[in-house]
Amino acid sequence: MDKIYGRPESIKNRVSTYCPGCLHGVANKIVAEVLDELELREKTICVLPVGCGTLGLFYWNVDMISSAHGRAPAVATGIKRCSPDKFVFCYQGDGDLAAIGLSEIMHAANRGENISVIFVNNSIYGMTGGQMAPTTLEDQHSTTTQKGRNPLTEGYPMKMCEIISGLEAPKYVARFSMDSPKNIIKAKAGIKKAFELQIDKKGFSFVELMSNCPTNWGVTPLESLEWMRENTLKVFPLGVYKEVE
Amino acid sequence: MKKHFVKGCEAIAEAALRAGCTFFAGYPITPQNEIPEYMSKKMPEYGGVFVQGESEVASVNMVFGAAATGARAMTSSSGPGISLKSEGISYIAGSKLPAVIVSVMRGGPGLGTIMPAQQDYLQATKASGHGGFRMIVFAPSTIQEAVDYTYKAFDYADRDRNPVMILVDGCLGAMMEPVVLPEYHDNCNKKADWVLDGCSEREPRTVLSVSLTGEPQEQFNIEMAKLYESWAEKDTEVELYEMDDAEIVLTAYGTSARIAKTAIDMLRDEGIKAGLVRPITLYPFPSAAFENLDYKRVRHVLDVEMSIPAQMVDDVRLGVLGRAEISTFGRSGGVIIGVDEIVQEVRGIAKGGGF
Repeated sequence: MDKIYGRPESIKNRVSTYCPGCLHGVANKIVAEVLDELELREKTICVLPVGCGTLGLFYWNVDMISSAHGRAPAVATGIKRCSPDKFVFCYQGDGDLAAIGLSEIMHAANRGENISVIFVNNSIYGMTGGQMAPTTLEDQHSTTTQKGRNPLTEGYPMKMCEIISGLEAPKYVARFSMDSPKNIIKAKAGIKKAFELQIDKKGFSFVELMSNCPTNWGVTPLESLEWMRENTLKVFPLGVYKEVE
Repeated sequence: MKKHFVKGCEAIAEAALRAGCTFFAGYPITPQNEIPEYMSKKMPEYGGVFVQGESEVASVNMVFGAAATGARAMTSSSGPGISLKSEGISYIAGSKLPAVIVSVMRGGPGLGTIMPAQQDYLQATKASGHGGFRMIVFAPSTIQEAVDYTYKAFDYADRDRNPVMILVDGCLGAMMEPVVLPEYHDNCNKKADWVLDGCSEREPRTVLSVSLTGEPQEQFNIEMAKLYESWAEKDTEVELYEMDDAEIVLTAYGTSARIAKTAIDMLRDEGIKAGLVRPITLYPFPSAAFENLDYKRVRHVLDVEMSIPAQMVDDVRLGVLGRAEISTFGRSGGVIIGVDEIVQEVRGIAKGGGF
């Protein structure tokens, strides 16, 4: 009998410590599957963020570096420029990338660094306990917007694909969702596209993965998926924002 | 030996290139702009990479990434920029990576002035970032020393897997002196067992400064404390000038020390027995040079810095331990200390102290 499905080699055989229902596990897995399929594992250097994404340290079976909050694209720049033959990707959350690390992501993108960035957007700070992120929706409750995000004082959700696709240098900018098997398959194809661009030395690629946070949203895992469809996915439309052949 | 007439900042950059530095990232700030400018021109000739970072923060984090690949990496800045880099320097230290940081001091605090000062002694030696790490800090006082210590700094950084700082003031950065440049070599850490180069035929490696429980973090702190302690004995460097019979001991580093030496020569012509203790490593601080003074002869220690209030004097006090009177003399904000001012100060001490 042929084995047709199993744990990718790029994932360690460990029990997940993400919260129940968290989609980070899915993101970790599909990235690992793409690394395996493109035979990148042994030349990969993964740059981790600060936040729940840091926990990738426990799961990916590749070389990894843990960067300061928001600085992953700068760290990846140093790595890739010194080791252009290695495969370098950043894995960042929305607080990390769109708030404290906004400068680093914009300029790495603008320089057209030949790296790939996986951006996991769940509209909230997960690790620190549910504070408002730049991606938090209007009226969404968080521990620092307890009456809901008020755009008059806290601004509007920042849409990173829309912002980054306005730059000249990036080669691929796309937003996917992990709320359903169908969307996860699409997301994986997008990650593969991004990674192939780097292999072909084409330049900067950016894949946003819409995610959830049952713990800090205060809902069950299933409810969190419904909430994504009814709320976040309406504010953050899925699709390819930029693709340069 | 062929001598080159070189400006301080450019000499530091050239020394780094000859030490095998293949990655430099930096951000414009006066008075160190000649370092990134020189690097942008010369680095490609040495086969390395120059990146002008979008910020001080990004620049030091690029160095962090480059160092993780085994490249000899460097960044430079001045006080306001070192403040911003302090996050990254802490991560480099916490992740056990080597790197060389050059700080060319100007007046402060805040935006301060762009003129030479020594306002960043405490920043360099006590807390160039959070978390209580230490760095070896070299304070050259000539362009030749700036070349020699920059060249050496990479070896120390690699040996300890820890950042090393070169601390000069804007005077040394801007002035020109003849120097002998060292041989080029291509040392790097590419073959070290901690570099990230893809897990081909080995287990994956991680470079990190994070610990989820207390004990591993404490263990790291204990190991690093041992490393820092080991420097005191083997790496401390100090120059003693006219100290054999000195009754009034001046202490100064960098540009202040050069001026102090001239003052000492003039004072000796007047019969005042002055000498100089010049710390070359500001960390580890040469405490022994002060502990071992003959306090039957030495009555007064004068700390001279281009900083108000004086900063190094705190470390001097810990060496002197009350056995001689200590006073400070300084100018700041970009005002260079005059030789006459030091002479005047010491004359006053000599008169008042009954020498």
